[in-house]
Amino acid sequence: MIGVFVCQCGTNIAATVSTDRVVQAAKSMLGVVHAESIQYTCSDPGQRAIIDAIQQKGLTRVVMAGCSPRMHEITFRRAIGRAGMNPFMLEMVNIREQCSWIHSGIDETTEKAIDLVRKGVARVRRQKPLQPGSSPVARRALVIGAGVAGIQAALDIADAGIPVTLVEKSPTIGGNMARLDKTFPTLDCSSCILTPRMVEVKQHENIKLMVNSEVEKVRGYIGNFEIDIRKKASCVIEEKCTGCLICQEKCPSKAPDDFNACAGESKAISIPFPQAVPLVASLRKEYCRLFISGKCSVCQKVCPADAIDYGQEDTVVTEKFGAVVVATGFGLYDWKQSYPTYGMGMYPDVINALKYERLLSASGPTGGHIERPSDGKEPRDIVFISCIGSRDESVGRPQCCSIGCMYMAKQAILTKEHIPDSQSYIFYIDVRAAGKGYDEFARRAQTDFGAIYIRGRVGKIYPRGGKLVVMGTDTLAGDQVEIEADLVVLATGLTPAEGAGGLARRLNISTDGQGFMAEGHPKLKPVETNTGGVFLAGACQGPKDIPASVAQAGAAAAKVIGLLSREEIETSPMVAEVNQLKCTGCFKCRDVCPYGAIENQDAMGGQVAHVIASLCQGCGLCNVACPPGVISLKGYTDNQLIAEVVEVLR
Amino acid sequence: MPKTEVKIIGFLCNWCSYAGADMAGTARMKQPASLRAVRLPCTGRVNPLLVLKAFREGADGVLVSGCHPGDCHYNEGNYYARRRLEVLERMLPALGIDPARFRYTWVSASEGAKWADVVNEFTQQVKQVI
Ligand SMILES: Cc1cc2nc3c(=O)[nH]c(=O)nc-3n(C[C@H](O)[C@H](O)[C@H](O)COP(=O)(O)OP(=O)(O)OC[C@H]3O[C@@H](n4cnc5c(N)ncnc54)[C@H](O)[C@@H]3O)c2cc1C
Ligand code: FES
Repeated sequence: MIGVFVCQCGTNIAATVSTDRVVQAAKSMLGVVHAESIQYTCSDPGQRAIIDAIQQKGLTRVVMAGCSPRMHEITFRRAIGRAGMNPFMLEMVNIREQCSWIHSGIDETTEKAIDLVRKGVARVRRQKPLQPGSSPVARRALVIGAGVAGIQAALDIADAGIPVTLVEKSPTIGGNMARLDKTFPTLDCSSCILTPRMVEVKQHENIKLMVNSEVEKVRGYIGNFEIDIRKKASCVIEEKCTGCLICQEKCPSKAPDDFNACAGESKAISIPFPQAVPLVASLRKEYCRLFISGKCSVCQKVCPADAIDYGQEDTVVTEKFGAVVVATGFGLYDWKQSYPTYGMGMYPDVINALKYERLLSASGPTGGHIERPSDGKEPRDIVFISCIGSRDESVGRPQCCSIGCMYMAKQAILTKEHIPDSQSYIFYIDVRAAGKGYDEFARRAQTDFGAIYIRGRVGKIYPRGGKLVVMGTDTLAGDQVEIEADLVVLATGLTPAEGAGGLARRLNISTDGQGFMAEGHPKLKPVETNTGGVFLAGACQGPKDIPASVAQAGAAAAKVIGLLSREEIETSPMVAEVNQLKCTGCFKCRDVCPYGAIENQDAMGGQVAHVIASLCQGCGLCNVACPPGVISLKGYTDNQLIAEVVEVLR
Repeated sequence: MPKTEVKIIGFLCNWCSYAGADMAGTARMKQPASLRAVRLPCTGRVNPLLVLKAFREGADGVLVSGCHPGDCHYNEGNYYARRRLEVLERMLPALGIDPARFRYTWVSASEGAKWADVVNEFTQQVKQVI
């Protein structure tokens, strides 16, 4: 008793598929007792019509021809469940994304739609009712990355009473926001709004903070992840260190100042910045004299708390988590190779905007006095260049960095505040200022702070008499322009954080064309991923400003809280099943199973295979490996697949 | 006279290629109406015999597509698939099937444009050999 419902989806489907012809064809397919076409099947009246038909005609199986099952399978399973049917007696046939939207001739498109419906009918005829299983939920969340997004997510989850482990790979939390001076569009001081949140993290009874740490291995699945976290040796005993900074003062080994985007210099043992959380020193062995030449132990001698331990080793902790939030943020595009006419990094006064942010900041290496790197002089003419490694097909990076226009305006405003007789020039393509209050803010850079906006690209930068000559075009005036600048600031594009690809692989989530973490659906699942129980927050998912990162973090936290407030979650019933009567006990299935979900069992007078349903993830590898073909994946049985093939080619 | 000139069966894994094909559709990337996709959890579920079955039932071409090696939703399913399909591809001539009628490929969920290219190219290729 099969019912076929063909969705018109307004004109999304009906424009290229004759749904009437599909309905007519369906009526003559084996087992079909009812077929109709509905304008919007997913709407309330649409779902109602399905339920009515099920109840009036006594349908036992349903074929829904419409959008992709990835879109609405759950919706329609629920609908037929409400009509009293087993929710799995449904087959969704994709006649939209993979049919009406990609073909134009109505005849060929309709013919394909009919083939697909025939395939769906054949498949659902062989479908058996399935019962979802359940598995317990580990009530602890893992948040990876402690920038503003990870901090927000961790605090929201912890505030709901759920324990959180927050893993950060660098020695302090705060991420890129901790490096910013003021923030658009309000000129709020970045540390004034961030530092209290950082302290809250440290003090929260439900948050376990692990810095210098990274996720090494991930096993398990939604509700039941088992994750190894490696804490790298920092040669400092965290519990003993008081953050007095004496070691940093006395340390003889210089090291790059990562926190200040290398605008200053640091030491091999250091605390990144005075508001760091935790306020604990870390030693970088690659710069330390002791580890390079074997001689030095100054920090150990001067440490009043006896907190230095050169023999410290990495530790790996393994914990169970019910859900994971990825908040690993972004890195900056390295422009040096792709823009050879900008000096390839040979001119110290051509810097990226993050470094400039540190020069503006009162907590930066210059104490908030803008000093150019080459000679420490205060610059007067400053040129900002937008879209370096973004919106630039010639370097293979077409996407917009989405924050450059705004932070350039901000930096021009701050520059004027720092140096009243300075002049900022901004080369731009378009000024993109679409957020709330953003356009007003960007305009003020021109009207109130005198920044000169020049529409066009810069072709070349070269030094001349202690200045940098910036040669570009003004495409509005149709002129060449040449500006003698003291400092050039590049708004470089955003990339995924270093190592994001490896982490995505470990977590089994996808990345997009640029390597950012891919969301489950661009509109409907913006914080989910394709892997259940793994969520995204902040710039790891794509370039984003602070308000958007915080909003997304809150959304991810809400999803985690929803998931972890349950004691058990439903697991998919589409798992493998062994016909033990016919099992020969070769255990090829067990050998290929990636999840260890198949075990030996004493039954049928010998050793046979048995599927542990709660571990099976339904990949079907065993189904193909089984020589006598007696292990099968429910919902994707050999019979079903063969029937699909036969019917679609009929 | 059928309107579709050739019929190709596609075995697509749910997590990558099926999603990539959906993405091509959402972006309205036109493709020949040759392909009939069968959705599977993973390319590791594709039994080579199923591919042969499709040829026997009259498919002009068979396309298997999944996640890129290393990106399989089930970690290693596509490695098994690759081994099985590689052997199958080499056996096809002995079975009297032109190997040009068969292809396996990797298309991720974000590669809508690549998916459209694969369908276009493979359809052309199949048309030339049948
Ligand atoms: C020059 C510049 C100026 C800006 N100005 C503004 C502004 O004025 N207003 C505004 O709204 N936005 C501004 N932004 C954007 C803002 O910086 C971002 O929106 C924000 O930092 C994103 O936060 P996040 O937590 O997603 O990422 P991040 O701040 O990048 O934090 C990510 C954290 O994850 C950690 N991490 C990375 N990988 C791993 C891993 N594998 N394991 C563990 N931890 C990891 C990192 O160490 C880091 O601590 C600016 C950006 C730039 C570049
Ligand atoms: S899930 Fe895509 S190939 Fe395995």
